[in-house]
Amino acid sequence: MKKLMLGNAAVARGAYEAGVRVVSSYPGTPSTEITENMVQYDEVYVEWAPNEKVAAETAIGASIGGARAMSCMKHVGLNVMADPVFTVSYIGANGGLVFCVADDPGMHSSQNEQDSRHYAAAAKVPMLEPADSAECRDFTKAAFALSEEYDTPVFIRLSTRISHSQSLVELHEKEDIALKPYEKSIPKHVMMPAMAKKRHVVVEERERKLREFANTCEFNKVEDNGAKIGVITSGAAYQYAKEALGDKANYLKLGLVYPLPEKLIKDFAGKCDELWCVEELDPIFEQFIRSLGVPVRGKDEFTLLGEYSQNMIKKVILGEETAHISASDIPARPPVLCTGCPHRGTFYVLKKLGLTVSGDIGCYTLGAVAPLQSVDTTICMGASVSAAHGMSKARGKDFNKKLVAVIGDSTFIHSGITGLIDIVYNKGNNTVIILDNSITGMTGHQDNPTTGKTIRGEATKQVDLVALCHAVGVDRVRVEDPFDLKGFEKAVREETEADEPSVIIAQRPCALLKTVKYTGHCEVDADKCRSCKMCMKLGCPAILFEDGKAKIDLTQCNGCGLCVSVCPFGAIKKEEA
Amino acid sequence: MSVKSIMIVGVGGQGTLLASRILGNVIIARGLDVKVSEVHGMSQRGGSVVTYVKYGESVSSPIIDEGEADIILAFERLEALRALPYLKDGGRIIVNDRAIAPMPVITGAAEYPDGIIEKLQASADTVSLDALSLAQEAGSIKAVNVVLIGVLAKSTDIPKEAWLETIKATVPEKFLDVNLKAFELGYSYE
Repeated sequence: MKKLMLGNAAVARGAYEAGVRVVSSYPGTPSTEITENMVQYDEVYVEWAPNEKVAAETAIGASIGGARAMSCMKHVGLNVMADPVFTVSYIGANGGLVFCVADDPGMHSSQNEQDSRHYAAAAKVPMLEPADSAECRDFTKAAFALSEEYDTPVFIRLSTRISHSQSLVELHEKEDIALKPYEKSIPKHVMMPAMAKKRHVVVEERERKLREFANTCEFNKVEDNGAKIGVITSGAAYQYAKEALGDKANYLKLGLVYPLPEKLIKDFAGKCDELWCVEELDPIFEQFIRSLGVPVRGKDEFTLLGEYSQNMIKKVILGEETAHISASDIPARPPVLCTGCPHRGTFYVLKKLGLTVSGDIGCYTLGAVAPLQSVDTTICMGASVSAAHGMSKARGKDFNKKLVAVIGDSTFIHSGITGLIDIVYNKGNNTVIILDNSITGMTGHQDNPTTGKTIRGEATKQVDLVALCHAVGVDRVRVEDPFDLKGFEKAVREETEADEPSVIIAQRPCALLKTVKYTGHCEVDADKCRSCKMCMKLGCPAILFEDGKAKIDLTQCNGCGLCVSVCPFGAIKKEEA
Repeated sequence: MSVKSIMIVGVGGQGTLLASRILGNVIIARGLDVKVSEVHGMSQRGGSVVTYVKYGESVSSPIIDEGEADIILAFERLEALRALPYLKDGGRIIVNDRAIAPMPVITGAAEYPDGIIEKLQASADTVSLDALSLAQEAGSIKAVNVVLIGVLAKSTDIPKEAWLETIKATVPEKFLDVNLKAFELGYSYE
């Protein structure tokens, strides 16, 4: 049976068919749906871990324990889990071990555009890259076998267009893969210098074998159309090239993108008059091909930035332009905090107080967008807390009184807590605001250790944020409602004035949660509206300013009522449905 | 058959993903190759959202580039205008005549353009409709996306029955009557 599946769902299907037993991940666009899709397979143990490093280590433990195991993450999540990955490359795999990493060229939902293929070379771990959902299933399934055959972890590399495109997948039965025996092996599993030195020798020998394997493996395919142009490509870029060039080119489609096939590339290049490398992000294939002494064209004429497309390839390689209508002066539509978003109250207050805001990763990064423009910095998961500490140490006490860190509940557990410990231990006195909206929001509502539910929705122990902050040595911890603007402002003033570290837990659930039921809507009494535009400072997508008066778009308003409390003239009223 | 390209555009939260799911299911039921590409994550928070649907004997690229769309289905006027460069010469644009102000317009940094429907009509075969009133007529304002699917269905070479079967298979029983009526109102819209 053929089914229309997201690339991510097909990876999950491939892992299931390969008999995966343990999957541990942290959510991150565009990888999240892989792990979410594992939930439908009852026989697989699946979990959300607090961060990618913990997730990877859980998968590694499961592999050593004899199970086929997988961990999935976005490209920046791979940075978080890099430490165990470089060493498990030496340990290898007992049960097949797969790390599935999704890159985001074009940065649809990311803070940078890094190319994960660098990690494969750096950690000496083979990497497969599928180009549609059918290959997502096939390659994932094959990755487990490859992992066991070569005693190595294996990367699957995806990109947004592969993860989030649906195409047809043939479903197969699940393989019956037994749990392998666990055998204690200090030389293989304990990576201290004496053992690691010996394991490094094994890794280099494995690299040599995999380089040979690359020349003949089924993942790399040559499509000979008898053309003069040759294209070496992989993943989404292969699909764009096929569409742009059709049978005007021969293709070497690389499915194993590390290690690269020396002989296969030389043979392919020898049959073409003109060789091109079509790869998004960094010139990894191109530099390898050049290192073989083979002339190739690529990044000089393409780009290191963003995504490729069929028109771009047609223009660069064939010199053909596609005619189209032009449109100009169209206002941008950037993403915004949703109507009813609890973060809107927080940022309204922080902006009003003129504070410097050390920001973090999540929906609340949108607190940097006009008109709130409250957030000063966004670096990576958890950096709000530690970077605020650094800013205070650099600029001193007075600056510190005008500085807060903001971090989501899930992000705080991910890697904010260590920054808070640093503040306490090193006698800092920052104020950290934990935006507790009862869910991991941006990636589409995943449970986390603070929600009291597992990925399967089962009740579990819930991290008590107040007790946790107390336990690491923060004495001033308070819970506030960010929609109580006056109370919240008072809390922020008091805590930033205090001469010791403090935590404010801004608690109000995400407005998109099914359990949140705002009713009715808000309306502006045009006679009372004095056009002061105070309500416009909220940056609510439902509040417009038309013909000199505020107006609420009823199709957008969810009745959260925050605007009622900012109007100094009582012109906004809540109407119940 | 050559590959047909349909682009669905709108504002995050408008329900464009359901429309693309129905369209995708209609196509696989016809035994054709299909790719549906969408973007999840940050842009879903009230930003511009785009879904590409391509079908035919064999589809390569999951995305639609400028000058390639046979049909653009726009849930909002400004998004229709933004997508216009993607329309193929001779293509059709179906637009829900509704405006949602983007944040730069709300803050006063930009103006919502006037005369969008006229601009679209001057450059392409344009079907403009008030899908919200048709959805209300069908019995629920939430059926806007199915009204638009109805208009889209009329513009494709896929038989009406195929659409009806898929809607019956996709939509929960208790909403079926409203959705079938919404589809019909869209399909018969001139």
